Amino acid sequence: MATENRTTQQGVGQTALEGLDLPAIAKDSFMAAVLVLALAVPIIGLRTVPAPQGLDIEGRWTGVAIAVAAAFAGRFLLNIWWAQRRSRQRAAQLAAPALDIGAYVQTFAKYIGPVLIVVAVALPWTPFASRYVLDVGILVLTYIMLGWGLNIVVGLAGLLDLGYVAFYAVGAYSYALIAQYFDWSFWVCLPLAGGFAAFFGILLGFPVLRLRGDYLAIVTLGFGEIVRVILLNWYDLTNGPDGVSKIPRPSFFGLPFDRSPDQASESFHGFFGLEYSSLHRIIFLYYLILVLAMVTNLFTLRIRKLPVGRAWEALREDEIACRSLGINPTNTKLTAFAIGAMFGGFAGSFFATRQGFISPESFTFVESAVILAIVVLGGMGSQIGVVVASVLLIGGTELFRELEEFRMLAFGAAMVLIMIWKPRGLLAHRDPTLRLGSAGVGKEAT
Amino acid sequence: MEYFVQQLINGVTLGAIYGLIAIGYTMVYGIIGMINFAHGDVFMIGAFIALISLSVLGIVGITWVPLALLIVLIIAMLLTAAYGWTVERIAYRPLRGSFRLAPLISAIGMSIFLQNYVQIAQGARVKPLQPVIQGGVIVMEKGDFTVSLSYMQMIIVVLTIALMTAFSLLIAKTVLGRAQRACEQDRVMASLLGINVDRTISLTFVMGAALAAVAGMMFLLYYGVIDFFIGFLAGIKAFTAAVLGGIGSLPGAMLGGLLIGLIETFWSAYFTIEYKDVAAFGVLILVLVFRPTGLLGKPEVEKV
Repeated sequence: MATENRTTQQGVGQTALEGLDLPAIAKDSFMAAVLVLALAVPIIGLRTVPAPQGLDIEGRWTGVAIAVAAAFAGRFLLNIWWAQRRSRQRAAQLAAPALDIGAYVQTFAKYIGPVLIVVAVALPWTPFASRYVLDVGILVLTYIMLGWGLNIVVGLAGLLDLGYVAFYAVGAYSYALIAQYFDWSFWVCLPLAGGFAAFFGILLGFPVLRLRGDYLAIVTLGFGEIVRVILLNWYDLTNGPDGVSKIPRPSFFGLPFDRSPDQASESFHGFFGLEYSSLHRIIFLYYLILVLAMVTNLFTLRIRKLPVGRAWEALREDEIACRSLGINPTNTKLTAFAIGAMFGGFAGSFFATRQGFISPESFTFVESAVILAIVVLGGMGSQIGVVVASVLLIGGTELFRELEEFRMLAFGAAMVLIMIWKPRGLLAHRDPTLRLGSAGVGKEAT
Repeated sequence: MEYFVQQLINGVTLGAIYGLIAIGYTMVYGIIGMINFAHGDVFMIGAFIALISLSVLGIVGITWVPLALLIVLIIAMLLTAAYGWTVERIAYRPLRGSFRLAPLISAIGMSIFLQNYVQIAQGARVKPLQPVIQGGVIVMEKGDFTVSLSYMQMIIVVLTIALMTAFSLLIAKTVLGRAQRACEQDRVMASLLGINVDRTISLTFVMGAALAAVAGMMFLLYYGVIDFFIGFLAGIKAFTAAVLGGIGSLPGAMLGGLLIGLIETFWSAYFTIEYKDVAAFGVLILVLVFRPTGLLGKPEVEKV
């Protein structure tokens, strides 16, 4: 039966529904629907509602019906798609290799990069640059910067860091607290915040960096939680769950963006003879994070060509080989960790100055997961991948703001689906940094 | 002294719950080498299913406590196992043999998905439960301070010991257990010898989820309040326990769970309750630095 099927399929070629084993597909979809029914009845179907005597139950059977129908239809279509893909693949075997978006993007990276930068620079001057668009732009750029920073640790050095948000938090709190206690300006605090974050990176990295892979992941996760718990409970310093408020806004080389600043200083709009607009500050913040992100990017691109950058990538590929070649793995990893943490700290102090208010709630594990997801979904080590993933995940979920409660649900589902679809990330293509001779052997070196 | 004994009892109870969850982590890690990040949320779902079925039983009118609890236990284990199976099927199986980070990211996505799924379906508010099993025995008495051992604590510890024994026997004696150990050692060789590797892995997830369901139910009955977020912290703690005991080792998971439970309880009792999580993670870091394979783990051999 099976062989018969195959021969007819080969004979017919690509015709769609021919050769589909519909009864089997229907049975499979039915099983999926039954499974979903069993899963959905308790959680979706029976909603617990508070009642005077403990809890009451409220039936919501439409939800269950929708879930079951969706499971059946989805599984059915998926099966048909699989069958078609199989027959198509058989027909098109050896015809043409599958399109590799990653390679494609890499070839044009020279052009895509500058185009994206021009678009980003021009955005505030385009007609549709409302306050909302700029806010989303700032948010996306913040995540791009965080993604690039984490990319140094995860993408280049291959160290799985699940606690990156800790450095973000350290940067944000350093700026907020220094500004509050010493009244120093943003531009003095920025390098300090980066330095503090890097110091924390070294502090954490020193004992744990000899761990491998998943152990490192879980320790960094624990570290992230430790930092959050300390911020939450060290009431005297951090004001605990109430957070730090009234964080000073950055100034344009000493010119504040206020409508009517105190006598001592002139305001931005006064100095340049512009009419006051609250957009000025937003545009300034937008360019600030753009510059910070570009600095991160340039730094990464340049350091990849230095010995230490080469050592990171070598270490990611094979630690034992590196050690036999005389590379000190601990020091090398430590630099990656510290530099990644430093950029996290910069981004953190930007976050603090933009929000004007920070609390430990902004630095939960989900943030770390989102940043890591951006790096991995984009394709580890790919700088443009980070941009694409941030725009998709952050900008995309921002579009669904109205569906507030379904936003994170879709986010989680998207993470799973993208991984299944492209386990190495959307733009996971990497040419070897160095190649012997001119032959194009070893196209994929990962 | 009395205070100490009381904290010991509390710590062992908490440790038993962590240990049950930790088994799910350690088995999955042993067999496919990945952190099943969604396991904590499977535990949370188990707690919710127990809560919902308990409420339904109350409405239907089955109020004889032992019978009701038995039914709830069976329902929770079955349905949570179905969740565990589905999670593996959807999020992990397509990624088998893929590169190392892919299943982890997929698992984190799954964890976020499950949390929000329960939040949307059941609401974000905490769910209280009227105490089902009350009372206990007084172990010691001194002045005003009494050391009590509640029936609930006894049930948790006894049930955990029973499940652990049954489980160890399952791994050691049955065909399935042998298949699991074979897959753990060498998956390719196991499949060459006729073991259905995919099925074995699925069953591992099913068993882990069923144990997590028991843990979830115990958590619900012991603390009397759950919400959609309990899985995260309990999950990390249980993973910490698994690492502490030596990942891949069943007795290690139990020992690690017990230690984490004790550390957390004693830290809250003698120092500050706010920093109990810091204590648990601090211990984890120390153990990993000085004994990276955990207490009962086998040393990892580095191969070129």
